[in-house]
Amino acid sequence: MSSLLIVPISPYDKDGVEGLVAPLQTIFRLPVSVDPRNSLDPSFAFDTFRNQYNSTSIISELDERFAESDKKILGVSSLDFFVPVLTYVFGEAQLDGRIAVVSSHRLDEALYGLPANPELLRDRLVKEAVHELGHVFGLIHCHDYMCVMHASTVVEDIDVKSERFCAHCDAMLKSKVNGSLSAFY
Amino acid sequence: MNDKPDKQYNLLIVDDEIVVRDSLSKWFKQDGYKVDTAEDGAHAIKKMSEGPWDIILLDIKMPGMSGLELQKRLREIDPSIATIMITAFASVESAVQALKEGAFDYVTKPVDPDHLSHLVENALRQKKLADENARLHERISEMAQGDEIIGNSPQMKKVIELAKTVAQTDTTVMVRGESGSGKELIARAIHANSARRFFPIVAVNCGAVPETLLESELFGHEKGAFTGAQYRRKGKFEMADGGTIFLDEIGTISQKMQVQLLRVIESKQFTRVGGNEMIHSDFRIICATNKDLEAAVKEGSFREDLYYRLNVFTVFIPPIRERRTDIPLLVDHFLKKYSAVMNKGIDEISPEAVDVLVRYDWPGNVRELENVIERAMVLAKPPSIRPEDLPFQSSVKRPAPADDSIASVEKAHIEAILAKTGWNITRSAETLCIDRVTLYNKIAKYGLTKP
Repeated sequence: MSSLLIVPISPYDKDGVEGLVAPLQTIFRLPVSVDPRNSLDPSFAFDTFRNQYNSTSIISELDERFAESDKKILGVSSLDFFVPVLTYVFGEAQLDGRIAVVSSHRLDEALYGLPANPELLRDRLVKEAVHELGHVFGLIHCHDYMCVMHASTVVEDIDVKSERFCAHCDAMLKSKVNGSLSAFY
Repeated sequence: MNDKPDKQYNLLIVDDEIVVRDSLSKWFKQDGYKVDTAEDGAHAIKKMSEGPWDIILLDIKMPGMSGLELQKRLREIDPSIATIMITAFASVESAVQALKEGAFDYVTKPVDPDHLSHLVENALRQKKLADENARLHERISEMAQGDEIIGNSPQMKKVIELAKTVAQTDTTVMVRGESGSGKELIARAIHANSARRFFPIVAVNCGAVPETLLESELFGHEKGAFTGAQYRRKGKFEMADGGTIFLDEIGTISQKMQVQLLRVIESKQFTRVGGNEMIHSDFRIICATNKDLEAAVKEGSFREDLYYRLNVFTVFIPPIRERRTDIPLLVDHFLKKYSAVMNKGIDEISPEAVDVLVRYDWPGNVRELENVIERAMVLAKPPSIRPEDLPFQSSVKRPAPADDSIASVEKAHIEAILAKTGWNITRSAETLCIDRVTLYNKIAKYGLTKP
């Protein structure tokens, strides 16, 4: 698995998606591309009762759709995601798998009644994307509060941590990425 | 989530909805927990054997066994489990019921992610404290074991076995054995292995307290109860509340005390000397004696009813001369004990000295043996204790007869007896069953001289 593929899921923030490419490339040291088709209609994942989208269903759909692909897939959207037992999630990932999704919905200052801050939104989206992809590479939550793998359940938590892996997580990631590379070749 | 985890915690999720199981297990796996799921009560109970689980998340409403019922069953299997109830339909009654039955918390689906992670952290923190507490308790009870009971002989193994068995019960125990055989040690071991071990064991040497004071010693007294009673004082029975009272030398108490004791044992309540207030105390009695109580009962000096009250379960400690194989072990134990205390660089004993000790009769039993070793440690020169460091070496180190003739044997024997008595002619003559003149003659004949 030599590269990452970003799959936009409508509605999504175009700048946000484009803003992910460079940082992900740097952090994961892997080629990153954006799926140009944008053909995923997420209405199947809509829960009328909760007025939210089930991220687990979206992951399943992406898994099916990209079954042939050898890339790690990151779905990006501005929909409000949930998993059945929780009120909301910023994103979801298959631990040590292939697929992750993130949403910018709850990362937006405007949702909390504050003036919009596109720069902050982009930073948060990068952190959450790196975090979820970290799970895809088999990393679990980290106790270092500056590490991007530190668990964030509220946006303020995201702002505290950096977009980088701590030394421990970075070492783990390297072994995983190299492992998958050597397995590939 | 700020403290570094020192181990991976195990979490079991019990919910009939697969989406809930999946999303929760995914969530917690990403948090680094070891997660497993069960779809209903029966599966959850089966999974208990794969544990131990630190936290169990339980759905209240499930087909078959409800979460509340399951919680009860799980806690029967492992009372230390922290359970968190999750429900889709919150009701005050079910929440109250769950918490009353020991659930750590109660949440409604869907759960706020922030709330959920804090909840599990808090549950873990509490569980860690409870586990630590249990561990420390265990360590304290290990430390409370006190002095070791040494002995590998079948007789001593039997004693230890009996003590262990009776320790678990609240039965009155009578420990019998010669003076110095370790009756108090056994009593303390019984207490230390009983459920009362976190409460005191109060020892009273009934023989050492003057008869007039024994009553006040046992039951306490009110201020002014007798001349000199300036303050109110708690008695030993009151002090032993929750624990054990050890009555040593029970055979020495007067008839009057016997009556009082009988009443206290039967009612577990008494009044202080000079007082009216009825005092309740929950104590266990362990008593000890080296007297022949049966004979005392026969001749009427010990009340029969009290005898039967006290003699419910008897532990008899055999004297060490009847279990000589234990002597080297005891010697080794005391040697280690005193070499640590005295720091003289003596940490061994010569085989000849051990031989002397094994052959001695030990009328004072283990206490005498301990004193002998302590004394020898003082006298001995490093690195080891030798026969001449032992106080009775002269009596045991027999001069060997020169040959097998009657004269040689007689000479050696007389020499030995004289050495044993310290050349006390009268006592030597008595031992030899000859008169003193004959002894003097034999001393002269064999040319024996006082060392």
